[in-house]
Amino acid sequence: MKLLDIHNLHAKIGEKPILRGINLTVNAGEVHAIMGPNGSGKSTLCQVLGGREGYEVTEGSVHFEGQDLLERSTEERATAGLLLGFQHPVEIPGVKNIYLLKEALNAQRAAQGLSEVDTFAFMKQVRELTKSMGMDDAFLHRGVNDGFSGGEKKRNEILQMLLLQPKLALLDETDSGLDIDALKIVSEGINRLRGSDRGIVLVTHYQRLLSYVEPDFVHILYQGRIIKSGDKSLALQLEAEGYQDILDAAS
Amino acid sequence: MTDRTASPTISDSQEIEHLVQREYKYGFTTDIEQEIIPPGLNEAVIRLISAKKNEPEFLLEWRLKAYRHWLTMTPPTWAHVHYPPIDYQALSYFAAPKSRENAPKSLDEVDPKLLETYAKLGIPLHERAALAGVAVDAVFDSVSVTTTFREKLAEAGVIFCSFSEAVHSHPEIIRQYLGTVVPASDNYYAALNSAVFSDGSFVFIPKGVRCPMELSTYFRINARNTGQFERTLIIAEEGAHVSYLEGCTAPQRDENQLHAAVVELITLDDATIKYSTVQNWYPGDEEGKGGIYNFVTKRGDARGARSKITWTQVEAGSAITWKYPSCILRGDDSVGEFYSVAVSNNYQQVDSGTKMIHLGKRTRSTIVSKSISAGRSQNSYRGLVHIAKSADDARNFTQCDALLIGDRNGAHTFPYIEAKNPSAQIEHEATTSKISDDQIFYLQSRGISEENATNMIVNGFCKDVFNELPMEFAVEAQALLAVSLEGSVG
Repeated sequence: MKLLDIHNLHAKIGEKPILRGINLTVNAGEVHAIMGPNGSGKSTLCQVLGGREGYEVTEGSVHFEGQDLLERSTEERATAGLLLGFQHPVEIPGVKNIYLLKEALNAQRAAQGLSEVDTFAFMKQVRELTKSMGMDDAFLHRGVNDGFSGGEKKRNEILQMLLLQPKLALLDETDSGLDIDALKIVSEGINRLRGSDRGIVLVTHYQRLLSYVEPDFVHILYQGRIIKSGDKSLALQLEAEGYQDILDAAS
Repeated sequence: MTDRTASPTISDSQEIEHLVQREYKYGFTTDIEQEIIPPGLNEAVIRLISAKKNEPEFLLEWRLKAYRHWLTMTPPTWAHVHYPPIDYQALSYFAAPKSRENAPKSLDEVDPKLLETYAKLGIPLHERAALAGVAVDAVFDSVSVTTTFREKLAEAGVIFCSFSEAVHSHPEIIRQYLGTVVPASDNYYAALNSAVFSDGSFVFIPKGVRCPMELSTYFRINARNTGQFERTLIIAEEGAHVSYLEGCTAPQRDENQLHAAVVELITLDDATIKYSTVQNWYPGDEEGKGGIYNFVTKRGDARGARSKITWTQVEAGSAITWKYPSCILRGDDSVGEFYSVAVSNNYQQVDSGTKMIHLGKRTRSTIVSKSISAGRSQNSYRGLVHIAKSADDARNFTQCDALLIGDRNGAHTFPYIEAKNPSAQIEHEATTSKISDDQIFYLQSRGISEENATNMIVNGFCKDVFNELPMEFAVEAQALLAVSLEGSVG
């Protein structure tokens, strides 16, 4: 089943074209990795799929479970089951983490026509997830990402993902800034989301995340287009040879 | 630096007016119901007001003295607010009961926008009609509730009634305390209020009594519609304790543009008064037309040792707010607290804050001020911490935080610190922040709407103050902020 279907996607910021004809299909059960040098359009792709203002789609289409994704608001995309994991999660002082988690879960439930989550069950689930992410309960009562280290922020992203159980997780450089222990915990978290009914898209610079979360497909994004796709061996090749050889070969 | 504000008022909601009119047969002011005093202010008008209220001689003299002093004064110009000069001779100083003829006959005739707001605030259906000024008989059935309430208070020895009533039932207490915290000559608006005040609340908690329930203007059924020049006096004797709630989250309209209230609080040894306000007077329209001028003097005198006065306010309404609920920490070891959230949107102007005057030894004060500015509003915090020579080992902690929504508004901070005693410890922290697009997008990407995202951030920002509010007020205050900031984002 097609979860995400991107067809000939073009997008620009201001007058500057960034995405120049992206084609990508993610089926349920698949893990894709998108790699590419700085400035290739990886983060732009994430922002466009997330519905960020300031990015203008000039051509092409994106469908999520067969529905037009681009005409939906950011929150509608989220409650429909698309989760964007941020490269730089923003700090929101004053808004408790636990409050965000509950609001987010209830927003999703409301979109599904379900009643608000039972607080007791919710707390139990959240505490288990927190523990599994190697985080202290105190995190739940701090402001969202407020004063968190880089690694703590990324773990917090995965914690949210595991609670919300998105159909498609789009993780933008979730591995950046992690030490090896944190990388393992984050990878385990991502692997727990894997399932026959879900898709995961990992946007990363490095192979090292992919040794923990093995992708089914690897794509190389360059100058706003996917110039090469392959299986996980492509990431290894990239690691060994660098971008230049692959770019030369592709052109 | 930057930040904050507040504004004020007190007021009975119009539902009280309904009840009042029904209960009026008990009032000594019944005879003036049909009377109209023409606009303008002079000694004859003040004599007339006093006579109509059948006041004792001392009170008339007090009013006249205030009036004569007021004539020598000029309106303050130091506040960071702008408005055309007020023609005091064009105002009416004894409001006749409002004509019901032009009132809406049913909710169908009420502005749907107003009704929508009531719904968002969770105002019960049967109260909406009263709040909107619908010309029906008193609509809510709290008379019996109120009666029970008053009986309970009487048992405890608490006196809670309208100011006018207290003038007759307890003139000696009024005489002893009136104007001892806010002297008639204190400032321009306080002097005006002292000369012409209409009515307000009177609370007396005798020695050692802990008031068995929170007192709310909601239950003050015997007070008249006193929005314009309200006067409130609360006295807590030795060891007494009371929590008083004023105002209401529902938007309140009033024909009187100028509101100049005075509130005086007095605590004797070991007494506590907690005074909470939610103010939502009409702020004017989106273009800045209309709206209430709220020029209020509120002050507490922690006269006794170890006594405590806490002001908590959520200020959302009024076109212009000029308000500085203050504490005179006279008793040794007395404590003053000020917790404030002031939100301004569109063209609202707020200049608010507090004064903590430390006179006694080891006196402590805390100021937490949160301002939220949206639209084209101007929001100023103005605060004074004064440590007198006599105040050994006094301490103050001040925190002023400003949150900006949009980029066309202003937040300002004017902190004044005067320490005359070298043992004083004073801390002042101030922050200014802005709700960023990144924060909103982050929350939206978790499925939360833009409006709710803004509310989450605003409520998080105000948490320290909301925590100080009585529970049901805190919930209402959150809803009020959401409504006040509607349309300010995006």
